[in-house]
Amino acid sequence: MTESAAKKLPRIVVNEKLCKGCSICVDFCPTDVLEMKGSIAAVKNLEACTRCQLCDLRCPDFAIQVFD
Amino acid sequence: MSTPVAEKKEKLSVPFDYNKYLRPNKLPHIWCPGCGHGIVLKAMLRAIDKAGLDKNNIALVSGIGCSSRTPGYVDFNTLHTLHGRALPFATGIKLAKPEMKVIVVTGDGDALAIGGNHFIHACRRNIDITVLVFTNATYGMTGGQYSPTTPLESIATTSRYGNIEPPFDTCEMAKASGATFVARGTAYHTIELEKTIHEAITHKGTSVVDIIDACPTYFGRANKFKSATQMMEEIEKDGTVNVKQAASLPPEKLAGKMLRGVLHKVERPEYCEKYETLIMEKANAKK
Amino acid sequence: MAEKKKKLLQGNEACVEGALYAGCRFYAGYPITPSTEIMEGMSVRLPKLGGKFIQMEDEIGGIAAALGGSLAGLKSMTATSGPGFSLKQECIGYACLTEIPLVIVDVMRGGPSTGYPTGPSQSDIMQAKWGTHGDHPVIALTPSTVPEILTETIRAFNLAEQFRTPVMVLYDEILGHMREPVTIPNPGEFAVEDRAKPEVKPEDYYPYDDKFLIAPLAPFGSGYRFHVTGLNHKQDGFPTNDSKVIRENNLRIMRKVDINRETIWKNEEVMLDDAEVVIFTVGSTARSARFAVNELRKVGVKAGLLRPLTIWPFPDRAVAEISSRVKAIIVPELNLGQMTLEVERVAKGRCAVEGLYRVDGEPITPSQIFHEVRKYL
Repeated sequence: MTESAAKKLPRIVVNEKLCKGCSICVDFCPTDVLEMKGSIAAVKNLEACTRCQLCDLRCPDFAIQVFD
Repeated sequence: MSTPVAEKKEKLSVPFDYNKYLRPNKLPHIWCPGCGHGIVLKAMLRAIDKAGLDKNNIALVSGIGCSSRTPGYVDFNTLHTLHGRALPFATGIKLAKPEMKVIVVTGDGDALAIGGNHFIHACRRNIDITVLVFTNATYGMTGGQYSPTTPLESIATTSRYGNIEPPFDTCEMAKASGATFVARGTAYHTIELEKTIHEAITHKGTSVVDIIDACPTYFGRANKFKSATQMMEEIEKDGTVNVKQAASLPPEKLAGKMLRGVLHKVERPEYCEKYETLIMEKANAKK
Repeated sequence: MAEKKKKLLQGNEACVEGALYAGCRFYAGYPITPSTEIMEGMSVRLPKLGGKFIQMEDEIGGIAAALGGSLAGLKSMTATSGPGFSLKQECIGYACLTEIPLVIVDVMRGGPSTGYPTGPSQSDIMQAKWGTHGDHPVIALTPSTVPEILTETIRAFNLAEQFRTPVMVLYDEILGHMREPVTIPNPGEFAVEDRAKPEVKPEDYYPYDDKFLIAPLAPFGSGYRFHVTGLNHKQDGFPTNDSKVIRENNLRIMRKVDINRETIWKNEEVMLDDAEVVIFTVGSTARSARFAVNELRKVGVKAGLLRPLTIWPFPDRAVAEISSRVKAIIVPELNLGQMTLEVERVAKGRCAVEGLYRVDGEPITPSQIFHEVRKYL
C-alpha cells in the first residue's frame, strides 16, 4: 500500500490467507471502498475510507483490518 | 446498505489486536465463508479485553458442533467436551476453582436440545458461568438439520416439507430457569454484542447471551437466502429490535421480531459463593 | 501415633472413607439405588474438608462435572449403579481419551434396564470394559468386603492419578449395604499418589507430551494454558487427522495400562497349591466361595479360590497358570456368564470351565458352589 502525501490515507490490510471470500466487508462498507477480486476482498477506492472499521468488525475470518 | 446509528458512533481509532488472544497457527478457522461464528468470537475477545481478564484465569468450555470449535482458536484454558455437556464440565471447573472466569460457548442444538437439561439447571443454580449460545437455527456440523430454534416452516435436511416444531425462545427459557442475566445480540450488531458480552462476563451469576448469527451454507441455502449479507440484514437486523427502542414502538412494529439487548438482570446469591460460605461454616465448626 | 478408630460401616460408607483418605476433594453425582449413600456421605463430609460436592441434574452431568473438577486439579469421584453407569459411558470414553483421572464407583444392581434396584448383581463386569465405544484402557477393581471397599477405593484413586485414566470400583448391592467393622487407617498408613505435575515452563508444556508414556497433567488455571478435546489429538492437545498420530495415541493409551498390568493386578489366592478345582469369582460371591472352599476341604475335596481384586485388566497370567494344572475352574457370578467368557478365553481348553449363574436378585450360596464343585470330582 502507498500513502498519499496530500491526505493521510488509512491502510487497509487484507490477509489473503484468511479471507474466505464471503463479501460481507464489501457489502457492508458504507462508502464502497472494497470489492471482490475473484474470491478475495480487495481495496478499490481507498480515498473514500472513513476508518469506520465496519469491515473489520463484521469480518468473520480475522482477514481485514484498517490502520491509521 | 445502511449502517445503524449505534454502530456509527463507535468508531475505533486503532484496530483491535486479536492476536493477543488467538493461538498462533490455528487460523483459518473451520467455519464456512459468511458464517457468523467468527464475528461473534471477535466480539467476545474484545469484551474479554475490555474486562481486563487474565488469560490464565479464563476457562473456555464448549460442547460439540460448529460453534463449539471456538475454544481451539483462543489462548485460554480451553476444553472441547461432548455434545451437550459443556455446562456440567464448566460447572465442575467453576466449583473446583471459583476464582476462574468460566465461559461456555455452545450452539443452539448443543445448549438447548441435547444439553437442554444442563442449561436449565445451570440457570437455576445461578452458578457464575457465562453461556454464549450461538444461535444459527441449524445443526451445521452434521449438514443442516433443524434445531430447537429453527423457525416454523423453515426448510432443513430433516424438515424438507417445512419445520412443524415451534422454536424455543432461549432468553425466556433462561429467565424462567433462574438465570440472573439474560440478553440477546446478533453478529450484525457487533459493537452492541461486544458490550452485551462484556456486561454478561462481568455479571455475578449465570449469564446467558443468545446470539443470533447466520449459517449461510445450510440454513441460508435451504431457505433461499442469496448470501450471508442478506441473512444478516433480514434475520439479524430486520428480525430484531433493541429492547430500549421496543418500548416506544407500537405492537405491530414488534410483531415477529426478537428483542435484543439486556432483557433480564437481577441479583441473587451465586452458587459457588454460597458453597464457600457453607465450607467456612462447616470447616470451622466443632465436630 | 493416633489410636486407630474402628467403626461399624456400610460398604458405601467405607467407600466414602477410602475416597477421603485418598484425597478426594470433589464429588458430583446423581442419586441412584443402591449407591446413593456414597453421595450422601460425600455431601456431609466434603464441605468440612474444604472439598466440593454437587448434586447434578442427571447422571451424565454428574460425571461431566467430576471431570471438570479433576481438570481443575481436584481428585474427583462419582458413583452410580447399573442404569446410571450406562448413562455415564460416553463420558468414560472421554476421560480415557483425554486422560483425565477420575474414580467411578458402580454399585451393581439387577438389570437389564431398571431391573431390580435393591437386588445384587455383578452384571456390569462387561459394561465396565466395553460400555463406551472405541478401544480404550480399563482399570476396574472388585473388593469383596467392607474394609476392602475402603482400601480398594484408595487404590482406585492412586491408579487413576498415576495412569491419568478413569478407574472403576465395582461391587454389588450386598457389599454396598452390608455392615462390617472397619478400621479407619491413620495418615501415612497407606500410600497416597498424586498426579505428576509439569516441570517445564508453560510455553514448553504439552498435555500429551510424546516424551512420556503418561505426560504430567497441569490443572486448569495454573498458568499452563492448553487445549483438551475428545477428538483424536496431537501431543499439544489439538485435533489431528494424521493417521500416524491417531494410531500412536490410541495405542499409547492402551499400552500405558497394558505394560503396567503386573502392578495393577491384585489377586487373593486361597489354597491353590494343591487345588484340583478352582473357583474364580469376585465381590460378594467370593464370600460364598471362600466358605464353600473350606467346606469342600473338610470333606477331602482339593478346592481353591482365585479371587481377583483387579478384574480389568483381566488377570490373564494367574488364570493361565491355574488352568494348566487343575481339572476345572468354576466361575460363579451374579449374571449370565460375563467373567466366564474371559476365563474360557484365557484357559484355552486346558481345563474345564464352568459357570454358575444367578440373576434372580439373590446371592449365590456356599452350598450351590459346594455342589457345583463336587460335580467335577
